[in-house]
Amino acid sequence: MVTTALLGTERRALPASLQTPGKEAPIALLDAAAVQTVRRRAGLRAAPAAALPEPAADDPRPPLPPAARSRLATLLTDQPGTGGGRRGAAPDLMELLPQWLALANARGYGAPPELLPALLNAARGRTDLRPQALTFAGPRALWLARLNPDWKFALRATPGGGVTLPSADDAPQVRRLWEEGLFAERVALLTTLRAHHAGTALDLLVSTWSTERAEDRLMFLDSLRTGLSAADEPFLEQALTDRSRNVRATAAELLSALPDSALAGRMSTRAASCVAVDHTSDTPTLTVEAPHECDAGMERDGVTPKPPTGRGERSWWLGQLVEAAPLATWQPRLGNRTPAEIVALPVADDWRGELHAAWCRAAVRQRDVAWSRALLGTPASPDAAGPGAVSLAERAKLLASLPAAERADWVAGFIAAHGLSEAFQLLGVCAVPWAEPLGRAVVDSLNIARDAGSYPWSFSGVMGLAERCLDPSEAIRLEALTAIPDESENASPGAGGYWSEAFQRLVTTLRLRAAIRDELPPP
Amino acid sequence: MTQQGVRWTADQVLALAPDAPSRKAGSKLGVAGPWSEAGSTGEGAVWGLCKGSGSKPYQTIVDIADVAGPAYKCSCPSRKFPCKHALGLLLVWAGSDGTVPDGGEPPAWAEEWLTARRKRVDGQQSSSAAPTASADPEAARRRAEKRAERITAGATELEQRLTDLLRGGTASAEQMGYGLWEETAARMVDAQAPGLAARVRELGAIPSSGAGWPVRLLAECALLHLLDQGWLHRDRLPDGLAATVRSRVGLPAQAEGPPVRDQWAVLAQYDTADGRLTTRRIWLYGTESGRTALLLSYGAAGRAPALTLPVGLALDAEVSGYPGAGQLRVELGEQFAAPAPTARRPPGVRPEEAAARYGTALRDDPWLESWPVTLAGVIPTLSQGTPSTQGTPSTQGTPSTSASWQLADPVTGSALPLAPSATSRPGLWRLIALSGGSPLTVFGECGHRGFTPLAAWPQDSGETVSLC
Repeated sequence: MVTTALLGTERRALPASLQTPGKEAPIALLDAAAVQTVRRRAGLRAAPAAALPEPAADDPRPPLPPAARSRLATLLTDQPGTGGGRRGAAPDLMELLPQWLALANARGYGAPPELLPALLNAARGRTDLRPQALTFAGPRALWLARLNPDWKFALRATPGGGVTLPSADDAPQVRRLWEEGLFAERVALLTTLRAHHAGTALDLLVSTWSTERAEDRLMFLDSLRTGLSAADEPFLEQALTDRSRNVRATAAELLSALPDSALAGRMSTRAASCVAVDHTSDTPTLTVEAPHECDAGMERDGVTPKPPTGRGERSWWLGQLVEAAPLATWQPRLGNRTPAEIVALPVADDWRGELHAAWCRAAVRQRDVAWSRALLGTPASPDAAGPGAVSLAERAKLLASLPAAERADWVAGFIAAHGLSEAFQLLGVCAVPWAEPLGRAVVDSLNIARDAGSYPWSFSGVMGLAERCLDPSEAIRLEALTAIPDESENASPGAGGYWSEAFQRLVTTLRLRAAIRDELPPP
Repeated sequence: MTQQGVRWTADQVLALAPDAPSRKAGSKLGVAGPWSEAGSTGEGAVWGLCKGSGSKPYQTIVDIADVAGPAYKCSCPSRKFPCKHALGLLLVWAGSDGTVPDGGEPPAWAEEWLTARRKRVDGQQSSSAAPTASADPEAARRRAEKRAERITAGATELEQRLTDLLRGGTASAEQMGYGLWEETAARMVDAQAPGLAARVRELGAIPSSGAGWPVRLLAECALLHLLDQGWLHRDRLPDGLAATVRSRVGLPAQAEGPPVRDQWAVLAQYDTADGRLTTRRIWLYGTESGRTALLLSYGAAGRAPALTLPVGLALDAEVSGYPGAGQLRVELGEQFAAPAPTARRPPGVRPEEAAARYGTALRDDPWLESWPVTLAGVIPTLSQGTPSTQGTPSTQGTPSTSASWQLADPVTGSALPLAPSATSRPGLWRLIALSGGSPLTVFGECGHRGFTPLAAWPQDSGETVSLC
């Protein structure tokens, strides 16, 4: 019938069964086709079912309270790429999603299944969101990701691709997965074991170490950062002779973080021989004698012999030695001075920058509070903002090892002395919500900038941070700043209105964050 | 009868937005910050002052307990309807964080509009209750006869064109392109038969719709032929079928069925755009009567249709049906209270029964594309490139070279394939996520192209999840 229709009744005669006397052929064809179409549709039957999917793993977490669920739905509708242009007085909802997720995760809530697709799509577009989003999304998101290629990232981002790991007590299962599992599964297994049974994980690694490929060895070695202890030293010491240079360097780095290790001792001796106090000058001064060669022993202990372009060999070696030496080396070596006193000593022959930078790296690596504090100095010191011995990036890292309250106080002091323009990086390492003195320092500085007549977008970075980090209870105090100020003589035209808008957005966002917090009570 | 404290969810509010930018702008205003002097009567009127960029805040009022769907008024200059302020206000109200307290007295500026509006609505209702017979029944009859004559001429011409097409062969349709169909459709518009015009236009799209088009084209031509013949011989048809033919051809009808009062649960609401006309379909389920009903609302020239109902809530309201056998379309009559949550859901059937129901419905209306059904205890399943077999709904779909989704009944081992159009919508993944491999209840449209899921409920308990 379809063939006849395609060719036309002029070229192809109707089948005899369809021919009706007194009816034109096309009409007879249409009549028959109509009957057949309706008959076929009416005779519709269900198809045989395909194989059923394996159900998603249970999510034991309690469901979100209704208010929090609608809030999440609202936050997820604000996808990037819609709209754009000037931000105006309305809050940027997408920017609040990370905080929302962090809080929901801290409270231990589970995700509503119907919002998982939107959540996965949001996480797909923003890599910074992924860890929190996937934790919140839970097992069902991984189940979904196996069905939709758009969400493959979820499987990659989750160690082991969401495969259930055997319990640590189930030795035969653990051993089997270690020997037969895929690389990602093995990394996941090692990382999980390492967190609770560091020794078992090490034994597992040692058992197959010599047969692993170099890249794999590097990844496995990295997992030892968790729960690193003196017990790992023999293995790491052995890894210093590994065929792979990267493996050797990582092993050396791990050993140098163990202050009592033999490697740390060797580095300590080498570094100490390079730095001394010169008592012959009027004031005690540090003198530096950089190593003259990078011998085989140094190289074996992880020192890279060849400096990057533009750097001298000897200072390059010195930096590495001082960085890897335990900081505890210096007090007895340099006349029992405190870290602050050591840092305050003048350094001869322009070695100050090199030496202090290496101590900074050591303080960060060893998370040494006293040294970090000493190297940071006082926030108000004149060279704190300038290109002094320690860069802003290094300061930010040093700050991270201080207790939260001290960090906030230090940055508040810095802002009070130097203003906001340099503070962005430092604010980033402060605990959220900002402690009261820090919040006050930021708001005061914004207020000063407004009175000085500049435009708010010169401070948009700090403004954005403030929206995310200020304590929501500050909203009431900020209310007064949302008014449009009288235009002063030296102000940029229209700036007052924009500032009012920017503060409005700040207040609105803080209110929203307060609401989010209230909507996610501990279950 | 007031529904104190029943508030909508954010999803329900956002569904009111005319477009995506409005949804975004509205979301941003859905926080306490810019709002002051906000309040609600608890009976559906919500108001507030919104701080904008100007010195004077905008006055925003929404009346959600209206028969004809929510009504809005805002002093902002936006032409969007509802504007972002109205959406923002409703979101704040939905958020129930105390910014919009219940049981307030509207301020003077809101009261004025609300009173005027409710008066007007009441006036309309009492006037529409009166018989709307035209002043001159004789003239109306003559007009109707005239129109019927023109449609008859149109249908006759269309029959001629179909005959010519079949005589020369549909193979030529592929080269003819759109022009011929557009011209024929225009002739049907002239003949005052918009239903025929729409079908003709759809014929034009089939030759470019991929493999298997000759079968689909013949089927659609045959059904169009059947409709022409139905119109030309309508005096010999049973009353119900004749009414169906009249409405399929495109003659307007009045909802004249007796009013049925029920708690109507709103199952789904979705829009389809056709040229300049947006059609909104809202599926209702009478929790007392067990009846499924369809509300249609239209928006011309890019405007969103006026009627919006919150999916997941139930309306205490009267509806009356349109004429035609098996006709599901109704008109919304009096609404007795603001929409309220309901725990009742339509009872589900098995895939076999769903297919059978569509078949039965075709008896009253052979032109039906699909029939609303609720499936219970089904699991969304991926069927890996199963070749379509005769008698399954996919015979008319695109060839299943790639994996396709179906709703499978684990008990009977039967399944309904999802319609090709349904598998490209985001709602599909919401459905799959909601299931997680476990059975659930799904409401949707079952037709010869497959099943289109529109709403779902998790197996144990939980709110309606809209898939539109």
